[in-house]
Amino acid sequence: MLDTKDDGYTTADGRTIGSVAMEMKNITLRFGGVVAIKDISFDIRWGEIRAIIGPNGAGKSSMLNVISGFYHPQEGEVWYKGFKRPRMRPYQVARQGIARTFQNIALFEGMSVLDNIMTGRLNHMKSGFLQQALWWGPAAKEEAEHREKVEKVIDFLEIQHIRKTPVARLPYGLKKRVELARALAAEPQILLLDEPMAGMNVEEKEDMCRFILDVNDEFGTTTVLIEHDMGVVMDLSDRVVVMDYGKKIGDGTPDEVRNNQEVINAYLGVAHD
Amino acid sequence: MSTTAPQGALQSVPALLARNAAQFGTQTAYREKEFGIWQSWTWKQVSEEVEALALGFLSLGMARGDYVAIIGRNRPALYWAMVAAQSVGAIPVPLYQDAVAEEMAYVLDHCGARFAICGDQEQVDKVIEVQGKVASIEQIIYLDKRGMRKYDHSRMNWLMDVQSEGRAAHQRFEGELKQRRDALTYDSTCVMLYTSGTTGKPKGVVLSNRNIIETSKASSEFDKLRSSDEILAYLPMAWVGDFIFSVGQAYWTGFCVNCPESASTMMTDLREIGPTYYFAPPRIFETMLTSVMIRMEDAGRAKKRLFDKYMAVARRVGPAILDGKPVSALDRAQYALGELLVYGPLKNTLGLSRVRVAYTAGEAIGPEIFEFYRSLGINLKQLYGQTEASVFITQQPDGEVRSDTVGVPSPGVEVRIAENGEVFYRSAGVFVEYYKNAESTASTKDAEGWVATGDAGFFEPGTGHLRIIDRAKDVGKMADGSLFAPKYVENKLKFYPNILEVVVFGNGRDKCTAFINIDLSAVGNWAERNNIAYSSYQELAGHPKVLEMIQGHVEETNASIAQDEMLSGCQVHRFLVLHKELDADDGEMTRTRKVRRRIIEEKFADLIAALYDGSSSVYTETEVTYEDGRKGKIKATLELRDAKVVPSAARLAAQ
Repeated sequence: MLDTKDDGYTTADGRTIGSVAMEMKNITLRFGGVVAIKDISFDIRWGEIRAIIGPNGAGKSSMLNVISGFYHPQEGEVWYKGFKRPRMRPYQVARQGIARTFQNIALFEGMSVLDNIMTGRLNHMKSGFLQQALWWGPAAKEEAEHREKVEKVIDFLEIQHIRKTPVARLPYGLKKRVELARALAAEPQILLLDEPMAGMNVEEKEDMCRFILDVNDEFGTTTVLIEHDMGVVMDLSDRVVVMDYGKKIGDGTPDEVRNNQEVINAYLGVAHD
Repeated sequence: MSTTAPQGALQSVPALLARNAAQFGTQTAYREKEFGIWQSWTWKQVSEEVEALALGFLSLGMARGDYVAIIGRNRPALYWAMVAAQSVGAIPVPLYQDAVAEEMAYVLDHCGARFAICGDQEQVDKVIEVQGKVASIEQIIYLDKRGMRKYDHSRMNWLMDVQSEGRAAHQRFEGELKQRRDALTYDSTCVMLYTSGTTGKPKGVVLSNRNIIETSKASSEFDKLRSSDEILAYLPMAWVGDFIFSVGQAYWTGFCVNCPESASTMMTDLREIGPTYYFAPPRIFETMLTSVMIRMEDAGRAKKRLFDKYMAVARRVGPAILDGKPVSALDRAQYALGELLVYGPLKNTLGLSRVRVAYTAGEAIGPEIFEFYRSLGINLKQLYGQTEASVFITQQPDGEVRSDTVGVPSPGVEVRIAENGEVFYRSAGVFVEYYKNAESTASTKDAEGWVATGDAGFFEPGTGHLRIIDRAKDVGKMADGSLFAPKYVENKLKFYPNILEVVVFGNGRDKCTAFINIDLSAVGNWAERNNIAYSSYQELAGHPKVLEMIQGHVEETNASIAQDEMLSGCQVHRFLVLHKELDADDGEMTRTRKVRRRIIEEKFADLIAALYDGSSSVYTETEVTYEDGRKGKIKATLELRDAKVVPSAARLAAQ
């Protein structure tokens, strides 16, 4: 296991990871009689790329939905920035600096890329509905400020060429990138990515990897990602949580996880005598 | 040949900048789209930016005669870095940004660059990678901050920091800067550009202020460029054309240089800017035309018919109207209606509405493509040039534009055709030397200043226009002594979309023959529309209907070659359609898709023999290399076809 001192650790590539940002304590989530998550605890530290992996139906997405406040676990606690988080609606969680992308792209298909990313700024907007509708005075000024932030994200993710294109016309890989852009526009402290690379070709995957690393490097954004592609996970992440049938079966650096017998069994299967 | 400077003050690019700041102070000099908005700078602001940067360079210890490598996409700050380097007496060396680290290492080492100015992290990484081999590099300066935070900055600076340092050191270095700038003369080096080096190592072409300024002046006057013109700077900065258009002519006439947001937004930015002066290689014009045609195929029936009707009108009278030739009033009225309904909106979509002068060069452009743009009323012209000539050797004057010539000698350029057909030129733009390569300099430029182009060509009797037929070393003689120019014929054939590649043989023989490669996507599409079933490339290539179609193309080409008295001997008498695509993996082409004649001649000797012995079919086995490196054999029986040849126009007249 890693040396989990309170003041963090240093990664293999020399990045310094900070103290605990969020901690899951004995989370159990049930849907009726189905237990999706069984007594899971782990932490997320400031500045790290934390991956959650596991076979289909292991409870990864449920875990992400607990973090984002969409599901409320029946047992256990979520601690964020040193405080126990009360029951919250997802938008309240978002206001605390947590943004996410979705496994099945959830963009406004008929709107342009620019407008989609602008929606990421929603939680930062102060002017009211009427002011914005009239687009008068402070509202116009505010929009220009938000547009500037959004343009920086567009520049960062290199999607200038599709700025005005309706999302429906984009190929899959670019839609995923637009989703990432929208999440980044919210200037999150913690970024949750639900299978950011599912269904992509090799080139799109490479691009996405680079952007995830760049985001972490440039803005120091803490990233939690769910991913199936083991190669990607092992290359990208600092620490990995492995889930199987709702239980945590491994937690540690990619190398530790790779050599964990339980993990190997879960992924490759074991002979039943 | 030695021209004196027009006014004492205008002997360098920095001097031109000072003049522009005084004369066109409030006019826009540069625009760049960033963060979705066109940011602009006036000449006065540019002059301040360059000044600050030059002072910053002095504080970093840039000395006279230092070489400063500039690597990145077209951005105003990189252009300013070139002028700032010139201001302190250093020599800018722009490099191709897509070059890999090893290629860069050679150039950086050859010029002994002390400073490297990089556009972004990617370029910085390459420079750092080669720094072990290239000891001369002392300082790296970068423009885009992204990802640069964690680099060791002991010998690295952000360009904006260099500028602020320059502003702070204003008092300290102002005198020194003025002194260095005043010391620049017509004969100091303006820029050093490396030729792409298709044959052997790249060569550093040294161009003086005289070369650049005299050429820019002459060519600006030739096309009546004015300070209100707009250009889009999107071609590589390391290419001499970009330096002449975006620096030489821009500073001479004072027009505005617009830099696109990124490579992928070029087309959108082109539309937004609507340049008045535009340059593009044939490939770009071809891509634009293809996208127009594909989109018209998808358009509604009414629109399609409108488009076809008025394009036919445009093809008939458009070029004549553009050239100011007499056209009937009815045709003019129809053309005007077409302009309103079709050409105007189309040009607007392409971003070419405002173009007054457009050039294409570099390789042959298909006549249909060329005519398409001209018929829309876009003044597209051709020019012929070289790095060694500071671009211009010949260009087409307004009103004398044709797709098959490259125009008349540019003002101030003398052109001479040697006995073997090679084109020589002499002008004020002729380069000073190849850097550290006296041998090559001597073999290219003679004592009187004549430079060998390596291209064979001739002046068309009557019009005085130059026509380039081929690379001089590929040009040969037929058995009867007439000229053999394979590339001339190949290019003509390659303009047919169905034909991907052609190799013509005939050097030293009594007649010409050809290998032809079909274009699978075009011919496949054609086969689909005509209900021709095929299961493989080989089957399609050997289909009698395909052969018939290709034969048609060859015969049309023969008819067109026959028009040409000098080259009528190059008509293709027999041809075959190859059963495999010529491929770089099999060594038949270079990686840049140029045909390797010698290797093809050896490899397919049996086929060539069959073409000349009159047989009607030939059986052959060819070794191929698959993409994973395995080797295999393709067996095929190829049909050889005779194509009709036309007696030459001249011979016909003589009879």
